[in-house]
Amino acid sequence: MTVHALTAKEVTQKIFNKEPLFILDVRNESDFSDWKIEGHYFDHLNVPYFDLLDGVEDILEKIPSDKEVLVVCAKEGSSVMVSEMLSEAGLTVSYLKGGMKAWSEHLEPVKVGDLKDGGKMYQFVRIGKGCLSYMVVSNGEAAIIDATRMTDIFIDFADEIGAKITHVFDTHLHADHISGGRMIAEKTNATYWLPPKDAEEVVFDYQPLEEGNDVVIGHTTISIQPLYSPGHTIGSTSFIVDNQYLLSGDILFIDSIGRPDLAGMAEDWVGDLRETLYKRYKALSDELIVLPAHFMIIDELNENGSVAEKLGALFAKNHGLNIEDETEFRHAVTDNLPPQPNAYQEIRETNMGKVKPDEEKQREMEIGPNRCAIR
Amino acid sequence: MNADKMLDAKGLACPMPIVKTKKAMNELESGQVLEIHATDKGAKNDLAAWAKSGGHELLDHADEGDVLKFWIKKG
Repeated sequence: MTVHALTAKEVTQKIFNKEPLFILDVRNESDFSDWKIEGHYFDHLNVPYFDLLDGVEDILEKIPSDKEVLVVCAKEGSSVMVSEMLSEAGLTVSYLKGGMKAWSEHLEPVKVGDLKDGGKMYQFVRIGKGCLSYMVVSNGEAAIIDATRMTDIFIDFADEIGAKITHVFDTHLHADHISGGRMIAEKTNATYWLPPKDAEEVVFDYQPLEEGNDVVIGHTTISIQPLYSPGHTIGSTSFIVDNQYLLSGDILFIDSIGRPDLAGMAEDWVGDLRETLYKRYKALSDELIVLPAHFMIIDELNENGSVAEKLGALFAKNHGLNIEDETEFRHAVTDNLPPQPNAYQEIRETNMGKVKPDEEKQREMEIGPNRCAIR
Repeated sequence: MNADKMLDAKGLACPMPIVKTKKAMNELESGQVLEIHATDKGAKNDLAAWAKSGGHELLDHADEGDVLKFWIKKG
């Protein structure tokens, strides 16, 4: 009997639509506990495929008959095998096409809203890893912010909507994922901007991104204003787009704030982080819609799958913005830091252009969740 | 390290390295050592976890270029 494949895109839609799904994850226990597919109404059972080689009889009664069942593994092969065994035992199940590898690389474009003069703001949700990238479109021109290494998705999307990519930005030197910014800029002859304080060791040419360098997309009114906002890295820069949106990079998230330690400078940067969040951001309009570079948990997704919230609402609800005492804040962001992202040093060096790992190696470096925040 | 049997699982993708390892292990006596060569990077965590759950002992492993080598003693 043949078994049906579900694509990463189809599973993403189930998350956005809050559908139930039963996931039989057949990876080994440590990989599963590190990182898995999460949805509002997803249930999980983890049984490694190598414990099922002699048969699936032992787990049949643990698999519900009233829910759609998805078998997941690292790259697909083992989930196909287990799906076929379950299918022979009389169950209807699907497997995840491309496994967790495809899951980690899937980007779902979501329109966040309209800009003046018919422009649009799109968010690219990397659902499996929690990275968020942006495309600002106006009058046939597009700017991309914090692109992931799946560069074709951005270039094809711009083609489809008839926009030419003219500017590419990174809010900071990323430590959790490999930036696609430089490659997109090379392929499209766009200008690549990086904050110079994060780029001291980079080995390629870039346009230094500093406050005051307003960039205009399209030929009229959409301006992108950089706002120096150190703390996660020393160069971290936010953007105010069209006086509507605050692209906060890895400084401020919906339910958490950035961690200051991924360049090994936690003690030095915690003061900058506080200054940015409690003074610079505080001085901005509460009406700005915050668009961060990551989400951490599925509850941060809005109804349409986007990750966005008004700055005023975050000042009211986000714990990291409500620690009055400075010493307490220092402790909160430097004690008990979560584990660092997988291969974060190698990822930083890749983003500086110092090392050039092949695609397979890049994939392996990025495996797992992003871990850029402190809750 | 001395092995009683050698399994070449190079070029095979998951789940085949473990399927073949399990088969080869069935032909060994308790205490004998199987040496496995694989190229699938996932084999590293999976073989370690499989050996543990099956009561075998992963004695050693080594990376030689693209080839991952493992030595497992049958439990």
